[in-house]
Amino acid sequence: MSATTATPATAKPADHGSRPVHDTWVIAKRGIKHMRRQPEALADATFQPIMFVLLFAYVFGGAIAVPGAEGDPGAYREFLMGGIFAQTLTFGVFGVAMSLAYDFNSGAMDRFRSLPIAKGSVLAGHAVANLIRAAIPVTLMSLTGLIVGWQPRGSVFDTIAAYALMFAFVFAMIWIGVLLASLVRTPEAVQGVAFVAIFPLTFVASTFVPTSTLPGVLKTIAEWNPISAVANALRELFNNPGMSDIPADAPWPLHHSVAYTLIWAVAITLVCAPLAIRAYQRSISD
Amino acid sequence: MTSTTTYAIEAKGLVKRYGDKTALKGVDLAVPAGTVTAVLGPNGAGKTTAVRILTTLTKSDGGSATVGGFDVATQGTLVRRSIGLAAQDATVDGLLTGRENLRMLGELHHLGKAAAAQRADELLEDFSLTDAGDRLAKEYSGGMRRRLDLAATIVARPEVLFLDEPTTGLDPRARNELWAVLDSLVGRGTTLMLTTQYLEEAERLADDIVVIDHGKVIAQGDSRELKRRVGGDQLQVVVSDPAQLEHAAAILGRGANAEAQLDVGARLATVPTRSGVAALAAVSVALADAGIEVDDLGMRQPTLDEVFLTLTGAPADAPSINDELEEAAR
Repeated sequence: MSATTATPATAKPADHGSRPVHDTWVIAKRGIKHMRRQPEALADATFQPIMFVLLFAYVFGGAIAVPGAEGDPGAYREFLMGGIFAQTLTFGVFGVAMSLAYDFNSGAMDRFRSLPIAKGSVLAGHAVANLIRAAIPVTLMSLTGLIVGWQPRGSVFDTIAAYALMFAFVFAMIWIGVLLASLVRTPEAVQGVAFVAIFPLTFVASTFVPTSTLPGVLKTIAEWNPISAVANALRELFNNPGMSDIPADAPWPLHHSVAYTLIWAVAITLVCAPLAIRAYQRSISD
Repeated sequence: MTSTTTYAIEAKGLVKRYGDKTALKGVDLAVPAGTVTAVLGPNGAGKTTAVRILTTLTKSDGGSATVGGFDVATQGTLVRRSIGLAAQDATVDGLLTGRENLRMLGELHHLGKAAAAQRADELLEDFSLTDAGDRLAKEYSGGMRRRLDLAATIVARPEVLFLDEPTTGLDPRARNELWAVLDSLVGRGTTLMLTTQYLEEAERLADDIVVIDHGKVIAQGDSRELKRRVGGDQLQVVVSDPAQLEHAAAILGRGANAEAQLDVGARLATVPTRSGVAALAAVSVALADAGIEVDDLGMRQPTLDEVFLTLTGAPADAPSINDELEEAAR
């Protein structure tokens, strides 16, 4: 402090201390209120996955055979669920990216930054709100799945593991979302990236069709695609069709889908979280 | 360098560059505690940049500043605890109700849940928003949004308030309402720094006016001092009959010992004077003696628009390259 400072620091109110958990929760509650009041912004988590389940189960399903369960019309519907879970969780990227982009463009970020709140609590609040948000499609899809004849057929432990794996993957997706929003900054650009990059990526995977049916390069991409990994891991843990007849010479991810998913979740988090935090800091610092 | 005045805001030689453009070129500011300072300047003069540095949103590239006695560069959290900021676009959360907006900010200021709720009710009452308190803020009118924004800014009773163009975009009625609110705030001893493009607003609200242009302070003082720099008071007469304007102007000129300026459309004659009310009395008698019917006769000070024109050589609304810089900063 310079000698010319006229007011002594001791005259100031006492330091109330940093309360990161409290601040994060206040901002997370705000995020949840936003979701409740913008049901249209929840389409990717509510209406869309249900529509995909019904469309693929009843429109395309008849034309797609699941290896190891040929001739069983119910098999595809069960196979499908792991895929649409994976796709919907991947779209979790956009939930957090859209809500951050909204804050960048509404001046809310400046308001928060002028407050004496714990560093990082705005970001953490968005992350927590979006983790909670992810419970919406997971619940709705599980219910829709039960109606169309899907069910977890593995052990209770495996079923719990499947749901835990979903949230681990969502956690990783949130960091991609933060990174994306900090880089492109506007809701329109976030949506642009959604349709150009991520939407196709969820199709070049084992989401809707077994990867063994894909040609050449697409097959290789799909086999190593993390979205396939999630879909396959869920099928395995739910003991749903599609994972029983993996050829011995198939790539490693197909034989170890749960481990491969966890590797992806950890790797994405380790790489994207620091990058995302840095991009976020830079995007708000000027 | 020791000063007996307690400055709530003190800045020395603030510099801010965006790329190879310089938005602030060494700005000094000193706002005594409990006073109102208006930073007046055209769009892109650097006003918002200065506010962003003082509120810790942006780091300066040179110079230093303290707010509430704390260094904005090294004691950010302590500064943020002492200030309230109303940014240029009222940053209320449209998807929350007015009450929820205020409660959330109270909680983020660590007032505690119950106290935050009570404070929100108080502020809604003070800002005539009680009836609208449970409506979503996106349904508010422009004036209501600004009032809520201002209420949000003072949730934690800050010592120093920054208002960046608080009435931009408001209609005259909403502006008057907001001014009344600001008057009562200042009455409670809050230090206030506001930026404005409206000369009338600076004059109406501020003890001190800092005129800033192209990133530099070009003049500083209370409005009377600034006006004195561009000449003294003026005598003005509006006649009823346009045919008598010339005659009236001649009388005015004789009374003030200077040549009167005519505005024929407004039936208005104006002359600078240094003898104040005495000249006014003399002219009044002379006009009556000459049988000239007068609609209006009075003393007037030059407007701050005229001050600005004299100081910068350009009208107050002249565009500048800093426009884009400040855009880019946000």
